[in-house]
Amino acid sequence: MTGIALPDLFARRFVSSGGNREPLARAALVLLAVVAGLTMLVSLAIGPIAIPVLELLPHMPGRVLAASAGAPEGVSARDWIVVTEIRLPRVVLGALVGAALAVAGAVMQGLFRNPLADPGIVGVSAGAGLGAALFIVLGNTALASVMAILGIYAVPLAAFIGGLITTLLLYRIGTRGGITSVATLLLAGIALGALTGAMTGLLVYAADDQQLRDLQFWGLGSLAGSNWEKVASAAPIIGVMLVSVPFLARGLNGLTLGEAAASHIGIRVQRLKNISILLVAAATGASVAVSGGIGFVGIVVPHLLRLTIGPDHKYLLPASALLGAILLIAADTLARTIVAPAELPIGIITAFAGAPFFLWILLRKRGLTGL
Amino acid sequence: MHQFKLAEDPSSSELHVERASVSIGRVQIVQDVSFHAHAGEFVAIIGPSGSGKTTLLKAMTGELSYSGSIRLAGMETGKLSAEYLAQMRGVLPQASQISFPLNVSEVVGLGVIDRRQGRDGRARRIRDALAKVGLHGFEGRSYQELSGGEQQRVQLARVLCQVWEPVADDGNPRWLFLDEPVSSLDIKHQYQIMQLAAGYAAAGGGVVAVMHDLNLTAAFADRILVMKGGKRLSFGGRDEVMQADLLSEAYDFPLALTRSGESDVPLVVPGGGSVR
Repeated sequence: MTGIALPDLFARRFVSSGGNREPLARAALVLLAVVAGLTMLVSLAIGPIAIPVLELLPHMPGRVLAASAGAPEGVSARDWIVVTEIRLPRVVLGALVGAALAVAGAVMQGLFRNPLADPGIVGVSAGAGLGAALFIVLGNTALASVMAILGIYAVPLAAFIGGLITTLLLYRIGTRGGITSVATLLLAGIALGALTGAMTGLLVYAADDQQLRDLQFWGLGSLAGSNWEKVASAAPIIGVMLVSVPFLARGLNGLTLGEAAASHIGIRVQRLKNISILLVAAATGASVAVSGGIGFVGIVVPHLLRLTIGPDHKYLLPASALLGAILLIAADTLARTIVAPAELPIGIITAFAGAPFFLWILLRKRGLTGL
Repeated sequence: MHQFKLAEDPSSSELHVERASVSIGRVQIVQDVSFHAHAGEFVAIIGPSGSGKTTLLKAMTGELSYSGSIRLAGMETGKLSAEYLAQMRGVLPQASQISFPLNVSEVVGLGVIDRRQGRDGRARRIRDALAKVGLHGFEGRSYQELSGGEQQRVQLARVLCQVWEPVADDGNPRWLFLDEPVSSLDIKHQYQIMQLAAGYAAAGGGVVAVMHDLNLTAAFADRILVMKGGKRLSFGGRDEVMQADLLSEAYDFPLALTRSGESDVPLVVPGGGSVR
């Protein structure tokens, strides 16, 4: 009986809910969670070596949580190592970075009240990149003492600080009286991007051959070279961001009315802005530090979701995290299989897919508002 | 006439503005304005464009900082937190642009800040508020595709949701601050919204509205503050303020008063001679 009643119940709720998109959004969240799980499994199974992932699955939580090394009984040692030491950290890192980039985009768009704001486009990633490059190149020489204290957190932390400074500058330049001008924001982003790019260029000039290769591949954006150490360096920062971001939902919803009206309905706007900027910079910094310049996830994901489930941040933020993870894992799977045994930097794939999408939003928005 | 019960402390039902001045940047927009309003009254602020009406209203709602004193229910508004103020008063701004494609029920729902409301209570509140502003059944419509007048009424429904009961559980009145609530509406909806605001006051709430239309002001306001050049030109009951010479001085333009038919409400018309 329930088998018949359930879809019918859903349909009726969607139709008769009088503008209430929440049931749809909740259903979408469940769907996205299921698809995210499936995408991870597929990504673990696909590669130069096909692996029976479902058989290994029960043993994996133990590897992630307890870091037990050896292959469990009845599992080929080769398969086990390929999955747990190569593919699993890569999938986990891809999920973290995808979620962080998409949520950072959604939060930034809410904060700037503009669907085109994104850490990659307005230069925040470039600022984070400068911070990271600083440690990649000078980590063994000028900054060795800092590196010794901070260990694996040095690069993410430097990227975070670089991203934070850029975000604060952008906010100061692009926002006047609580209103952000798109043109100013994008132009300021170009200028800041060029400036940080030039400084990164100086570092490239000073780099040795190995560092140069690292920098270049990393600059294009890639999850190659993912390992548990990188996961450990990014997971705490991105984790904090993903856990705290739901508390911003009400504030960001209120902010769609503008800063004054948001304050009128009881939102502490300045505090909301401070926390949002901090979280965006932290998540962008952590992502850039481990995966380089992967662009457009933060634009494409929230935009697609707003079109389907609506702009309520209560659902938009968690859904962005899930869809961001799905898209990035899928893109990464493509990146490492399409030209196997070589692999493409994933940033090239996201740019190929994302840049036309960005233009599409721009043209649509121009039609609506005379941008 | 007013069947609400006042709380013990009389100041708790008053808005007290004493020698309030407001500057934006280095320019002083409002200078030494004093007046007080009681809950249960509809107070209109009139005056020519640029006379500081909206700026004064923004100072009263806590949006702009001020010198002097503005006390709501005995408390200095500039010192109250956004959360606390939101429980006491709702604010309808002049124009409201929305940055993302929210639908009407989502916009109105932003006003439901009472967290005791369950999901159903919330939906009912949104529906009732929309019905009050004459937008029954608009829940699923896209806000950005509505006309300016409809958007204005959706915003008013949102504000009503925030301060739904004119008198709070603790007996303190709530306040509506409206910045030109009817300026983009047709005549039918102008009267509808003015009646709504007057009804809110009659039920014990406080209403302060910046108004451009002098005839609507004459028809609905209990007391009127006249601003000119950032200063208070006059403040008093409707019959005190609705005088041809006073209004002519306020607007630097000859105005006359007339009456139509049986109505005791004066009509403001351009011209020299006064009928009174």
